Amino acid sequence: MSDPAFQQKSPVVDTLAAWLLAILWVLPLLYAVWTAFHPSEFSAKFSLFAPLTLENFERAWTAAPFARYFFNTTVLVAMILAAQLVLCTLAAYAFVRYEFRGKNILFALVLVQLMIMPDILLVENYKTMSKLGLIDTLLGIGLPYFASAFAIFLLRQTFKGIPKELVEAATMEGASSLQILCRVYVPLAKPVYVAFSLVSVSYHWNNFLWPLVVTNSVSSRPLTVGLQVFASTDQGIDWSIITAATLLTAAPLLAAFLLFQRQFVQSFMRAGIK
Amino acid sequence: MLLPALVLLVAFTHYPAVATIIDSFMSTPKPNRPSVFVGLDNYASMIEDPIFWQALRNNLWFALATIPLSVGLALAMALWVNGPMTGRGFLRMAYFTPTVLPMIAVANIWLFFYTPTYGLLEQIGGVFGLPSQNWLGDKSTALASITVVAVWKEAGFFMIFYLAALQGISPSLREAAAIEGAGRWFFFRRVLWPLLMPTTIFVLVNAVINAFRMVDHVVVMTRGGPDNATSLLLYHLYEVGFKYWDQGYAAAITVVLLGALATVALVQFFVLDKKAHY
Amino acid sequence: MKFNFTVISAALALAAAANVAAQVTEVPFYFPVAVGGPITKYIDQFATDFNKENPTIKVSPIYAGSYQDTIVKALTANKAGMPPVASVLLSTDTFTLIDEDAIVPIDNFVKTPDDKAWLAGFYKAFLLNGQIGGKTWGVPFQRSTVVLYWNKELFKEAGLDANKPPQTWAEMTAMSQKLTKKDAGGKITQYGVQIPSSGFPYWLFQGLTTQNDVILSNDAGTQTKFDDPKVIEALQYWIDLSKKHGVHPSGIVEWGTTPKDFMEKKTAMIWTTTGNLTNIRSNAKFDFGVAMLPAGKKRGSPTGGGNFYIFKKATPAQQEAAFKFAKWLTQPERAAKWGIETGYVAVSPAAWDTAALKKYASEFPPAAVARDQLQYAVAEFSTHDNQRVTKALNDGLQAALTGSKTAEVAMKDAQREADRLLKSYK
Repeated sequence: MSDPAFQQKSPVVDTLAAWLLAILWVLPLLYAVWTAFHPSEFSAKFSLFAPLTLENFERAWTAAPFARYFFNTTVLVAMILAAQLVLCTLAAYAFVRYEFRGKNILFALVLVQLMIMPDILLVENYKTMSKLGLIDTLLGIGLPYFASAFAIFLLRQTFKGIPKELVEAATMEGASSLQILCRVYVPLAKPVYVAFSLVSVSYHWNNFLWPLVVTNSVSSRPLTVGLQVFASTDQGIDWSIITAATLLTAAPLLAAFLLFQRQFVQSFMRAGIK
Repeated sequence: MLLPALVLLVAFTHYPAVATIIDSFMSTPKPNRPSVFVGLDNYASMIEDPIFWQALRNNLWFALATIPLSVGLALAMALWVNGPMTGRGFLRMAYFTPTVLPMIAVANIWLFFYTPTYGLLEQIGGVFGLPSQNWLGDKSTALASITVVAVWKEAGFFMIFYLAALQGISPSLREAAAIEGAGRWFFFRRVLWPLLMPTTIFVLVNAVINAFRMVDHVVVMTRGGPDNATSLLLYHLYEVGFKYWDQGYAAAITVVLLGALATVALVQFFVLDKKAHY
Repeated sequence: MKFNFTVISAALALAAAANVAAQVTEVPFYFPVAVGGPITKYIDQFATDFNKENPTIKVSPIYAGSYQDTIVKALTANKAGMPPVASVLLSTDTFTLIDEDAIVPIDNFVKTPDDKAWLAGFYKAFLLNGQIGGKTWGVPFQRSTVVLYWNKELFKEAGLDANKPPQTWAEMTAMSQKLTKKDAGGKITQYGVQIPSSGFPYWLFQGLTTQNDVILSNDAGTQTKFDDPKVIEALQYWIDLSKKHGVHPSGIVEWGTTPKDFMEKKTAMIWTTTGNLTNIRSNAKFDFGVAMLPAGKKRGSPTGGGNFYIFKKATPAQQEAAFKFAKWLTQPERAAKWGIETGYVAVSPAAWDTAALKKYASEFPPAAVARDQLQYAVAEFSTHDNQRVTKALNDGLQAALTGSKTAEVAMKDAQREADRLLKSYK
């Protein structure tokens, strides 16, 4: 960036367009903030003189044990991600490093999962979980997702692209198979790990139907199921309380993004994902 | 090393998936009428099911609109916030917000935007003297309204991947291009676009999968209505499977859906295998 | 460390208690409301009180989300072989539950004269949906019906008598015309009346058909009458409210926003469930009234809401325990308390005779409107393969309301689809 020509600002048209789009994009959030902090009669009227209130947050907070749900979701997402990274790394490594009969067929079988809608397998998976005694546990929610074809595919792809020379050099130094994995493959695949983690976290953060069916109690239910309190519209929609609950649940993530967005993007950059 | 992953895959994917394929050739079991082999009956009733075809058509339109729009916008966003633009931090945050807001909640907020007579769109439209519009309640606008929500939700998420990729591209490339007098468009088309190809493919795979997997907002906002105008395949499948409890037919739809997606996916992965070099 | 110690000792105490009561009959009870919310508190309280009175039974409520979420959960568990012992589910799910062989008739447990008196004590209108093939399959529990809410202030502004809601269809149309307001540009800013049509239009439509003196299906749930001229006529009245008279919003009216539309004074009258009473009472900034739906050829409204069902795969001891709980829950005092706290219609005349409910109804007369309307109420529409047949009707209604089909074509198409679906049940 030393050339001054590149320090110049973007063209005005671009800036305008970018801002316009950004305003459109935050509109729902702005609306949520407005509605959550005002009494419900102002949820459809925008007036400078509307009184501020925290009552909506109080009602939302008491309507469901959000702290517990938040904890459950965090544990769940972390557990799934950890299991996926470990299991899929091992599987991908096996696909790249070893030759065995039926390898391609096996890999094709793995790919099948990419397109399977887990929701459809609900009844069968529920049977399996009840046989394993895992109904109403966090492990029960997470287990079907531990082996991710998407992760195996991505990692295999990346591992294949790693220069043979590096592996040979490590072998010469007497590194074991596992050591090679940890010292050569994993560090070089970091960008893929970051990208996959983002996809996985956002998916499981929002997953709803399977957790609903397989859980029975507060102690294992994730956030999405908790938010459902406000989503059933049998008695009409109360936007004040929905937005308050939305802000409550999204606030930690939003705050984290605001605080760490620089580091966040930089870690991607350092990882150099392309 | 493969074993743990394979065992889990077989237990929670292949075994139930095979059961589903078998079910698709069986009638739906009822207590007084146990499941029997019916051959292709379930597939035949699918061909005769007008709602299935409508859902398929809707879903294709939905996919055709959301995929290019969300990927295109994501790329534009990433290019903008990668450069030295005024208020870059705010812009990044703004684009990213939809990713952290849960769909169930934002669908309700969008419902307010679309509400006739006092919804946000109506209030804004009113200022400009536009006529009243029942966005979700009219067959001609409902699907488009749903599509907008999906694009809004996805674009910011995809932007992250593009942004990361752009940050990884060495600034010297741009300098070199500038020295040679290349214009912005030329630079983008000849340098950036090819370099971003792997990211584009990665994002496309996700966009295609999502186009057939997003259904939460339909449940909250329209329940497939009016008169199936916003019914997507997965929503139809959900209705057949969990409202009608028609196991055999649901299985048949699943098999077709999986077959179609698998074809798309295999083509994509074939390309990805060739072109993506991390 | 101190904290840990308390937890451990509490756990030990619990374990000991569990050992003492080894003979306890467990009754997992699915309830269609999401965890949290005010309603769970009452249900938790009921369960605790009941368990205290019956130390050998342990009812544990499991909150499972919306009605649809709850039946998905209950039937998934049932197919996997471990259903709940009891559940509150939609009254219209009775056919589905019977066809899935998931539930047992309540009659199996009705033995003593006291039991019989109890079962006979419910409002007939509420029992209708649960009575199929000469048996009673569901106990009415949280039940509702459709009523009309009107904004007294807007009535006054329009020069109408604020205390006289419309009594007939003609009156409703005429009043609505006075209540519809346009701005300078000819854009309608306030509608006369609004009948929601998203999600489950058939329920509100049933009000119109009943008033037009026609019942949509036979009792056995094997035959529908969507193409009856009276049904088409009822639909035409609904369509005309917006197409011809311009007093009702065009297109599909969202159910979820309808109470808000009313509170925002965007519509002077709405048709919606009695379950909205508490919501509107606490949020409307104006004086409003609740009335029976207007009469066409006669008065009429469907009932709605949930019944208490007992599942087949539970052990006999569990089923007996669940029955005991159902009976306990619907005792007049409790039914009255439940009605006052939630806004649902108390399910038996005896409940309305309790001091508590009498007092409530005299202080807040709108609460009694639903009860008074019960004499005109019919069972909520349901047939075999219920969701599919209902969907055929819903699709037809939405097609007609959005103008893509005429009322006649839409209802004939719906009837043809229903005939096809019900063929195998005849």
